[in-house]
Amino acid sequence: MRSGSKAMRSISAGPVLVAVIVCAVVVTTLVRIEDQKLLVVELAAIVIATLLAMKFGIADKVETSARHHPWIGRASIIVATLAVLSVLREDTFGLLMLATVLLYVTTCIGVTIQMGYAGLTNFSAAAFVGTGAYTAALLDARHLLPDPLILLSGGLVAVAIGSLLLLPVLRTRGHYAALITLAFGVMFNVFLDASDSLGGPQGLKVGGINLLGWDFSNDLHLFGYEFSFYVNYVLLASVVASLAMVLAAILDKSWIGIWLDAVRLDETTSAVFGLNIGRWKILAFTIGNFLAGISGAIYAKMAGFIAPNNFTLSDSLIIVSIVILGGIGNRWGVPPAALIVILLPEKLQFIQEYRLLLYAALVIGILVARPGGFLERRTRRFDLATT
Amino acid sequence: MSTLAQHLLNGLMQGTIYGIVAMGFTIFFGVMNVIKFSHGDVLALGAFGSLSAVLSLQPLGLPPALQLLAAFAAAILLSGAIGALIARTLIMPLREAPPLNMLLMTMMVGTVLREGIRLFYPGGTNPQRYPELLPHGGFSVANVFVRYDGLILVFAGIASIALVHWVITRTRLGLAIRAVAEDSEVAQTMGIDFAKIIPVTFALGSLTAGFAGVLFGLYYSEINYGMGLLLAIIGFSAAIVGGLGNIWGAILGGYLFAGLQTLVVAAIPSLSDYKNVVAFVVVIMLMTWRPTGLLGEGESARV
Repeated sequence: MRSGSKAMRSISAGPVLVAVIVCAVVVTTLVRIEDQKLLVVELAAIVIATLLAMKFGIADKVETSARHHPWIGRASIIVATLAVLSVLREDTFGLLMLATVLLYVTTCIGVTIQMGYAGLTNFSAAAFVGTGAYTAALLDARHLLPDPLILLSGGLVAVAIGSLLLLPVLRTRGHYAALITLAFGVMFNVFLDASDSLGGPQGLKVGGINLLGWDFSNDLHLFGYEFSFYVNYVLLASVVASLAMVLAAILDKSWIGIWLDAVRLDETTSAVFGLNIGRWKILAFTIGNFLAGISGAIYAKMAGFIAPNNFTLSDSLIIVSIVILGGIGNRWGVPPAALIVILLPEKLQFIQEYRLLLYAALVIGILVARPGGFLERRTRRFDLATT
Repeated sequence: MSTLAQHLLNGLMQGTIYGIVAMGFTIFFGVMNVIKFSHGDVLALGAFGSLSAVLSLQPLGLPPALQLLAAFAAAILLSGAIGALIARTLIMPLREAPPLNMLLMTMMVGTVLREGIRLFYPGGTNPQRYPELLPHGGFSVANVFVRYDGLILVFAGIASIALVHWVITRTRLGLAIRAVAEDSEVAQTMGIDFAKIIPVTFALGSLTAGFAGVLFGLYYSEINYGMGLLLAIIGFSAAIVGGLGNIWGAILGGYLFAGLQTLVVAAIPSLSDYKNVVAFVVVIMLMTWRPTGLLGEGESARV
């Protein structure tokens, strides 16, 4: 016990600070660099550096350091985000990309809670994102609610639609449950395409966000600098994504996380030990859909236009790919995986056309060679909780 | 009256295609307890393979019957080979993995095939016209006009189902397949080469998909790179509604799904755009009512 606390004091906050700075630089350069050859070189450097960091235990050092200095880690992430934003302040397209990545992170955290924690298959995440987006578009057109409530209703309607699937999802298992979400995802798309009141294949227009007088469509002027109005959306999206990460962390570290693990690993045994399987599955499914719905609502208001094409089965598969590539069940794997999967095809023009093909091949490779993903989820270590 | 008959023939054709696809799903599930979601895209690949075979033979001016033969041969060979290849290189090494990983992996294989057709088939992004190789015209019975080609295709489809059923129940190969499905370890101790039977079974299941792909092309006169996705989901639904691992259940599920679609189109024409929505809602409701399918095995682990 005593030696443990001594070791704790001697662990420095250095590694986590360095890691956050490196990540900020990587994100900024990935967004800024336009030259295709330079980008490829940077990507190669990132891959090599990551492999080396894993091989020489630097990744572990960062992790230990982050665990012992949680508040330094969080504060440095906030400062780094602001720093990245101030560098990219006029890069409209880059900011739009960053906000999109952050919304994907929010959705993928939801899917991580569903698939990674509770073991519920969800192949219709894009449909729940779409539910949130269309809710925002419909409410926006009628000017009935202020924007914060519109965003919230995006999440709530996704939960409501999802609750229609609860009974089928709870009664079935494995492949049968997978089919239900698949069928729902396809159904949602066919419905949108056919529905005239929802704009059919042409989609709907949506207005920008106005949060209690803070109009997101205006450029910002701070400290004598001009910021593109997309900075507003990046800020909102990073707040929402951070809240989603915190929520996942709270779930994971609480008893609920352990119960979810038990339900995922063996339903029958969990039930024998008195766990209410249905209750925990409902909780995970609801939280996941809520996060998807909220990010959909923000996406709709940010993009200004939504169509059925934004929410197809391929998009659901991209979301699941992010979760798998990052390491299923590991929430820290989500942001880097989302960054790679969403940003890369936008930056590297020559892979744009081939991106689905590449992701699909990459996921096949991962599933065959390293089923745990790039950053595999750690097994729980209960000794850490006692020291 | 004649529109009703037209709906009926249409539904029969769709049901036959769905039934063949569902039969593939159920064969794969039977031998290895896996869902091979790339099945629909193997179908599309077979259809595109047959299309390029027909188009490349066209300058020779062969009679339609020979072209038809070439189309079926190309589709069956291509889809059978790709099915065996997927089984050998991807599905067998992963057989100890969690079912979700396997489902996801085969979904991604399907995506690779689908995107491959879109990107590498000339003009693959656009729908391709499929040549009409069957005799035109038809005959009238009691004021109902029946197209020859529709009739031929429905019979061909049903014959192919019967043939696969015969292979599985009446031949030595079928005996081996059923033995592996029953208990692969005991089958191995009886001298059945597991590593050989699995790819052969997957080839058998996949070539039926290629066959169905040609039926689809001949009937609708148009194929596109994404056609396999919806067919896979419908075929998967049909197999599951019938009860996985049960061939008759799969075929029943296929006709049931087509029947639902046809019913919606015939009874409420204003909802015809929503026919798949209605059919999927019914499928989800059926599965909530009978979680292991209509003809499926019961569930034992209930706590």
